[in-house]
Amino acid sequence: MKQFAAFIKKEFYHVFRDRRTLLIMFGLPVIQILLFGFALTSEVKNIRLLVTDNAKDYNSLQFINKLKASSYFIIQEKLMGYNEIEAEFRKGKIKSAVIIPAGFGHDLLHSGRADIQIIADGSDPNIAKAVINYITAISTQYQVAIGSAPSSQYTIVPETRMLYNEELNGSLNFVPGVLALVLMLVCTSLTSVAVVREKELGTMEILLVSPFKPVMVLIAKALPYLVLSLANISLILAVSVYALDVPIKGSLLLLFLESMLFIFTSLALGLVISNMTNSQQAALLISMMGMMMPTMVFTGFLFPHENMPWIFQQISNFVPSRWYYLIVKSIMLKGLGFSYIIKETLILVGMTAGLLTIALLRFKKRLA
Amino acid sequence: MTVLGYLLEKEFKQIFRDKSILVMMFALPLIQLVIVPLAMDYDVKNLKIVVIDQDHSTLSHQLVSKLSSSGYFTVVASEKNYKNGLSHVEADDASMVLEIPPAFERNLVREGIQKIGVSVDAINETKSSLGTAYLNSVIADFTRDLRLNNIHAPAERINPAIEIRPSQWFNPRGVYTFYVVPAILVFMLTILAGFVSALNIVREKEMGTMEQINVTPIRKWKFILGKMIPFWIIGMIVFTIGLLVEWAFYGIFPLGSIGVLYLFSSVYLVALLGFGLLISTYSYNQLQSMFIAFFFIMLFLLMSGLFTPFESMPPWARMLANLLPITHFIKVIRMIILKGSGLADIRMELLYELIFAVVLNAWAIWNYRKTS
Repeated sequence: MKQFAAFIKKEFYHVFRDRRTLLIMFGLPVIQILLFGFALTSEVKNIRLLVTDNAKDYNSLQFINKLKASSYFIIQEKLMGYNEIEAEFRKGKIKSAVIIPAGFGHDLLHSGRADIQIIADGSDPNIAKAVINYITAISTQYQVAIGSAPSSQYTIVPETRMLYNEELNGSLNFVPGVLALVLMLVCTSLTSVAVVREKELGTMEILLVSPFKPVMVLIAKALPYLVLSLANISLILAVSVYALDVPIKGSLLLLFLESMLFIFTSLALGLVISNMTNSQQAALLISMMGMMMPTMVFTGFLFPHENMPWIFQQISNFVPSRWYYLIVKSIMLKGLGFSYIIKETLILVGMTAGLLTIALLRFKKRLA
Repeated sequence: MTVLGYLLEKEFKQIFRDKSILVMMFALPLIQLVIVPLAMDYDVKNLKIVVIDQDHSTLSHQLVSKLSSSGYFTVVASEKNYKNGLSHVEADDASMVLEIPPAFERNLVREGIQKIGVSVDAINETKSSLGTAYLNSVIADFTRDLRLNNIHAPAERINPAIEIRPSQWFNPRGVYTFYVVPAILVFMLTILAGFVSALNIVREKEMGTMEQINVTPIRKWKFILGKMIPFWIIGMIVFTIGLLVEWAFYGIFPLGSIGVLYLFSSVYLVALLGFGLLISTYSYNQLQSMFIAFFFIMLFLLMSGLFTPFESMPPWARMLANLLPITHFIKVIRMIILKGSGLADIRMELLYELIFAVVLNAWAIWNYRKTS
């Protein structure tokens, strides 16, 4: 037992000696969360819009003023033909254009109908759709303003209640996602490297000829990262709560216990990867380069799960971070108790057990 | 053979010796290029909704069937009361609960106005606001049909109507993959070039072979060049295969000049490899190097406009993003492939990348010390 403790102490020294990696391990999630909270948003705004007003009458000016007042657009007013407009799109100077035909006001008031053309840069479908929606909504408002009010018969009024996020805080969704992403990538890569390093540098031989069981070696390697990750989670949660106003509605203890479980899962995955590779380069490339995009996409915090094709939905069920994301959402943002997340917890337990078994079985006691 | 030639020979031999890394360098980016864009979709469709219909009248049934046939919503359950309905949201089986109160039809016909309850899981702000907007538009359609069928409007009502004619240029059907795939290709290239070059010099440091090179009369710039060229070649090959995959799998064929595309990507690769090599010269072991590279690449990813719109960021964030090489390449690749922009259109961005390439590589050469 004393030997085991000495071993653990050695591993802790290894980890704490590398200050730069520690800095990144703690700094990266904080910076990500701050970015998500203050810089990144999926909302579409600041769209560069070109308005070509061929009418220049009272109504067209009113309409343009309404566009200006909406604060979604950065408006440039210029008279241009199609070719010139296309060139502006090509140069990337504008993302959308509105063309008001000559006689706009006249047609509107006398024949009751006028056309407006909206051109959106379809190479960015999100912005294109948003532009068309915004301008359509503004024009509907304008019509109501200058015409008579629509009939009030048969009006259905939806009373909308926003659950779990009354203030519509855009950062809420990202915090569990960043937690899942960072924990998974960091723990997996650090653990896999820790083991493979010894193989590469040749110190593994020494471990193998010692009376230590392989299990002990692996546990000792994983332990410092467990402790560090718990500290990391605390830091991330603190930043989210104090800087981003993200609430923790459920039990903090449950959150930490589930996080520990997830850390075990990632550590186990790291151990499996370390079994498969012989060089640090390979281990790092697999656990970072290979896992980065799939984890970001399949966890479900950037892209709604329902939107993916069925087969990807099934694939994402194999990604541990997806389940952890659901668990954190349920505890932190919905304030639910353990009984609601039993299924997800059991899945994570199963994954951890499976991965650990594979890692132990494949741990080679001989080097050749 | 010249010194540089020998260095290149050594590098290539080292690369080809490790088959697993080779496979990873080519296979991983391309597999992800195929899988990731298919999974990325911001559109709101198949929103799972729970319906609590306490009226069970003709109108309420019509409303529900209109919702489920709209294509935006999938009705996953019908419950008797709000608590049961909410349990679906709690379990993450549904995102919305619609409550139609009793006497819905009667009140609507008699008093002309009726409230319904909508509860939305607002954790994902975009999803919930879009979902609410779609719900409102379906309801507006429904009421408009009702009025059309039941109210007789006076003939001479002049209600001025503005007819909007929208058109999306460069991508008329609004196919989302056209937008996403080129950017993912850039990103895959970035990951590949960034990580592999970051590992490279540090590996030699760790293994001890760096010492041996340091005691030779090899000039610093030749050494760095010798490291960069093999990966540049591999990067261009991966880029080419990526373009082919884009064409074969997604049907994306560049509208603009392929030559300009290659020009830009070759400069970009030089800049990125310089970046990786720079990180490598600052790190003591592979783990550190990888982590620092990981940090920056994450930053690149988030700020580049790949996942969230570039223009929506506040000005300070946009300025920061413009300092990153990847932002410009993503902008340019979309412009060339989808809009057919030419060399003149992108010359500013090309200039930026050239500056990055020169600065990063010069810094890497300067920082690499043969004596410690």
